[in-house]
Amino acid sequence: MGLLPFVFPFAELEVGKHLYWQIGDLRIHGQVFMTSWIVIGALLALVVVGTKKMERDPRGVQNLLEFLWDYIRDLARTQIGEKVYRDWMPFIGTLFLFIFVSNWGGALVPWRLIRLPSGELGAPTADINTTVALALLVSLSYFYAGLSNKGLRYFEYYVHPTPIMLPFKIVEDFTKPLSLSFRLFGNILADELVVAVLVFLVPLVLPVPVMFLGLFTSAIQALIFATLAAYYIGEAVEEHH
Amino acid sequence: MTSLFLFGASEGGLFDFDATLPLMAVQVVLLTFILNTLFFKPVGKVVEEREDYVTTSRAEAKQKLAEVERLESDLKAQLKEARLAAQKVINDAEQDSDKLYREAMALATAEANSSREKARLEIDSQREAALNQLKVDADKLGDLIVERLLAAK
Repeated sequence: MGLLPFVFPFAELEVGKHLYWQIGDLRIHGQVFMTSWIVIGALLALVVVGTKKMERDPRGVQNLLEFLWDYIRDLARTQIGEKVYRDWMPFIGTLFLFIFVSNWGGALVPWRLIRLPSGELGAPTADINTTVALALLVSLSYFYAGLSNKGLRYFEYYVHPTPIMLPFKIVEDFTKPLSLSFRLFGNILADELVVAVLVFLVPLVLPVPVMFLGLFTSAIQALIFATLAAYYIGEAVEEHH
Repeated sequence: MTSLFLFGASEGGLFDFDATLPLMAVQVVLLTFILNTLFFKPVGKVVEEREDYVTTSRAEAKQKLAEVERLESDLKAQLKEARLAAQKVINDAEQDSDKLYREAMALATAEANSSREKARLEIDSQREAALNQLKVDADKLGDLIVERLLAAK
């Protein structure tokens, strides 16, 4: 890593450069998909290994999976409520696991050692496309949750205490995905940039505490995203009289 | 230069939206379904089965404990009864043996007394007979002495 400043001069810190793949008329960011497949592969491998031989007395990876399951269930149950949390647990859990593994993968794996023709590998969540995709999925989910649970009465929520709330609630529908996506994107990208800049300036020792801070931030961001997603869904299905 | 990258519209930039967005969304939705089948359902099943198992086991154990306590008190009561019964049997036996002892003692004493009495009577009668004989013999002797003395005179 000490060689990095010479390999990547700061002027070319690769911010906003992408490895483009062309599929028909569509252009996609190849480096994001490559790391996201690794993340998904790691998740699936863990899950397959852990559920291969499940027993009543858990052993090995099964313990970890059950801990995660329990954690996600508690998260979903406290935010969404006893009645419908089961339907949304897989979604909340997938968001949490995907973001968490993405963030930690971005922070722990020295992706920069793998050279790409353009752009560089990193956490998929450091790309605005990923976070906006996740945030829009959350928006769709809470609309779907509200409409499927309460039908058109869902829209009572917009005028709930008084009709004066209507414009604010409408604005909220836009700010929710905006804040969700930008919070995650900003935190992860900023963390990667800070580490990169510090590695460039002082290649020894100094970046290490910042890297630990980055791990902390990564975990917290995954938790925040999943908790807020669950909270929005819970808000949409909540019955208020 | 960086700002050009940040907001550059045509090529690259931090806010470069393209088909990555919908494809990533599709990917995450697929991942949700896959994880639901591979992870959430099976692990949930195992965890909930275990929770059920623990709950029923606890209930069973409580029931068994209650049963054990009931049996214990039962047995304690039985033990108490048995102790009392045993005490009674011992007392009875002691009294019985005491009575038997006394009866045998009385019988033996009476028998001894009667045989002693009989012996005494026999001794008395024999002594009487001997004394009488002695008296007769003495009288005879006396008579004989007297006769001889008188005859010699």
